[in-house]
Amino acid sequence: MNTLKPTPLERRFFTPGVIVLCVLALNGYAFLLARFLFGIGAVTNLSNQYPWGIWIAVDVAAGVALAALGHVMHREEYTVVIRPALLTAMLGYTFVALGVCIDLGRWYYIWHPLVMWNGTSVLFEVGMCVMTYLAVLYIEFLPIITERFIGRVALPGLLSRMNALVESLLRVLDRSLGKVMFIFIIAGVVLSTLHQSSLGTLMIIAGPKMHPLWQTPVLPLLFLLSAIAVGYPMVVVESLLASRSFKLKPEMDVLSRLGSFAATLLGLYLAFKVGDMVIRETFVYLSEFTTESVFFAVEMVVGIIIPLRMLLSRKVRHSPPLLFVAALLIVLGVLLNRINTFIVAYTPSYGLEPYFPSFGEVSVTVGFVATMILLYRAAVRIFPIISVPKPSHERGTKYALRGGSA
Amino acid sequence: MENSQTGRRNFLKHAALLGAGLAPVAARNAKAAPDNVLSEDRMGVLVDTTLCIGCRSCEWACKAAHELPTKPLHDYQDRSAFAERRRPDDRALTVVNEYDAGEKFPVYVKVQCMHCDRPSCVSACIVGAFSKQASGAVTWDSARCIGCRYCLVACPFQIPAFQYEEALRPDIVKCDFCFARTDSGKLPACVDVCPMEVLTYGPRGDLIKVARERIRRDPERYEPHIYGEYEAGGTSWLYLAGADFAKLEFPDVGSKPMPGTSEAIQHGIFAYFIPPVLLYALLGSIMWIARKRSESESEEPYEHP
Repeated sequence: MNTLKPTPLERRFFTPGVIVLCVLALNGYAFLLARFLFGIGAVTNLSNQYPWGIWIAVDVAAGVALAALGHVMHREEYTVVIRPALLTAMLGYTFVALGVCIDLGRWYYIWHPLVMWNGTSVLFEVGMCVMTYLAVLYIEFLPIITERFIGRVALPGLLSRMNALVESLLRVLDRSLGKVMFIFIIAGVVLSTLHQSSLGTLMIIAGPKMHPLWQTPVLPLLFLLSAIAVGYPMVVVESLLASRSFKLKPEMDVLSRLGSFAATLLGLYLAFKVGDMVIRETFVYLSEFTTESVFFAVEMVVGIIIPLRMLLSRKVRHSPPLLFVAALLIVLGVLLNRINTFIVAYTPSYGLEPYFPSFGEVSVTVGFVATMILLYRAAVRIFPIISVPKPSHERGTKYALRGGSA
Repeated sequence: MENSQTGRRNFLKHAALLGAGLAPVAARNAKAAPDNVLSEDRMGVLVDTTLCIGCRSCEWACKAAHELPTKPLHDYQDRSAFAERRRPDDRALTVVNEYDAGEKFPVYVKVQCMHCDRPSCVSACIVGAFSKQASGAVTWDSARCIGCRYCLVACPFQIPAFQYEEALRPDIVKCDFCFARTDSGKLPACVDVCPMEVLTYGPRGDLIKVARERIRRDPERYEPHIYGEYEAGGTSWLYLAGADFAKLEFPDVGSKPMPGTSEAIQHGIFAYFIPPVLLYALLGSIMWIARKRSESESEEPYEHP
């Protein structure tokens, strides 16, 4: 047995890298403020011909695919990566919701879909699923919070009278969560499956406005398969980044195994993507030299074929830098696929000038990503998320307290 | 504001959903949505582009009827507006463009919402802010809209416009077939003002007969095609032209209703909620079996579902 246990990290928060992230985040907020004061048109390059830009393609569509890693596995031997993955998923989906919100013209009506239903709307289904899924992710995160605070509740000042009450609430929560958590874990997987595929269905109604390389009735299946394929690579990227940033030993045992799973899933995705292309005979568009054909080729070769070939090699799977590169290519490939589906493929016949994201749009997206990384960094200092190889000295205490309450 | 028939139907739909929570009800109603409001004598407009002289009076009348800021009618004589290709937007619900289709005279084409029989916007809207009225009009309800612009993505004719410069309460803007005017027995403003009788307002079925008769009588003058009769599953607005419709920038949208594929997929995935529930049950049992196996090590075994 190894002695790894998730523990709050004791690291300096501010480093030069963190300060850069803070600057990027603040820059994003400045443009966000302008968006709320002067309207969407003041900050973005969106138009009546191109109504959706990178806020939808990257913040929402790619965000949903890349943050789906929360449910990739719930097996004992993967404990070391489950909690960081859950944190990433929770932060990712929170920012997906924020991304949707800032893109809505009437953002304060974001609750409308809860009471105004339209069963034929794919967007309605995506919205409901994402909202429910976000709630499920928060519930799944609760045990980490109870673990952190049980036996350690110390509210400041007058509130300290509430200590005992909060303490007992946490204990009740902790005990009941253990019994019902499986409901939420399964619900999470089902909801994921539903909205990952429906995000693909979203663009089908655009019909001939979508380039045939991407417009296919199997879009939902391709979106689902790619979201499943990108789950493990995302865990690998995140885990290797975190262990480097926090100067811990990379979890290569687990990660190289995830690498070989990823290869299988990526192969499946590739098979369906090529099969779709052959059946609909869309490969003819690849002989033309257009923006669409180039982006499609990059997505296929750099985002799928090269990393797949890499992951099939044992050497790559056991080398942290090479495994990182392969996993990162897959992640970027899926990111590019979402950008392609929502932006590059969208070529309306009356498009007066093609859409290219404005500096403000990019700033807001970058600002959101920076904020997410900062929150991740803060969370791993507060909560027991990252496994560190020292036996936890609090372990005995916690169990003693738990026993006492039972 | 909202048509009472559609409104009541929506209410019933929601009441059924909320009350019983029954998926079969949801699926049946959702599928039926646009079909059962299509009345046999729903109205339409026939646009005979061979008669249009490009006076743009319709643009003026439209703005006046919808209380949009407009220059005086006289200023619309200015032909320089034809220098650039224009699209309807939040300040103009209809525009007229000029085309050189290789004929003796230029061709003028009025553009506005086509008022589809199976509208994408009605199908796509996340909150059901669009409705297909029994009269044929496709209308938008400001009280529901959240400004997500999925209608702009969905519309095959790229008609709905969004108020990008409006910070607090941006609207979706498009031709509403003068719903308020026709409801009180008046003609749509553009039809009313047109001095050349380019626009004919009437029951859609009759208009198709009129259009066919015009093509039959003067096959030299007309392309043998009524744009809108079958396009995107049929539209309330119908066009006749003397030149190839593709040359006049009419989009090739096919004859199937635009929401068809996405609704079919959607109803496949959610058929009576059976697939999601089956998936849930399947995963539940896998998890339960896995738990059973490792139960001896587990201090707190999960109860199976």
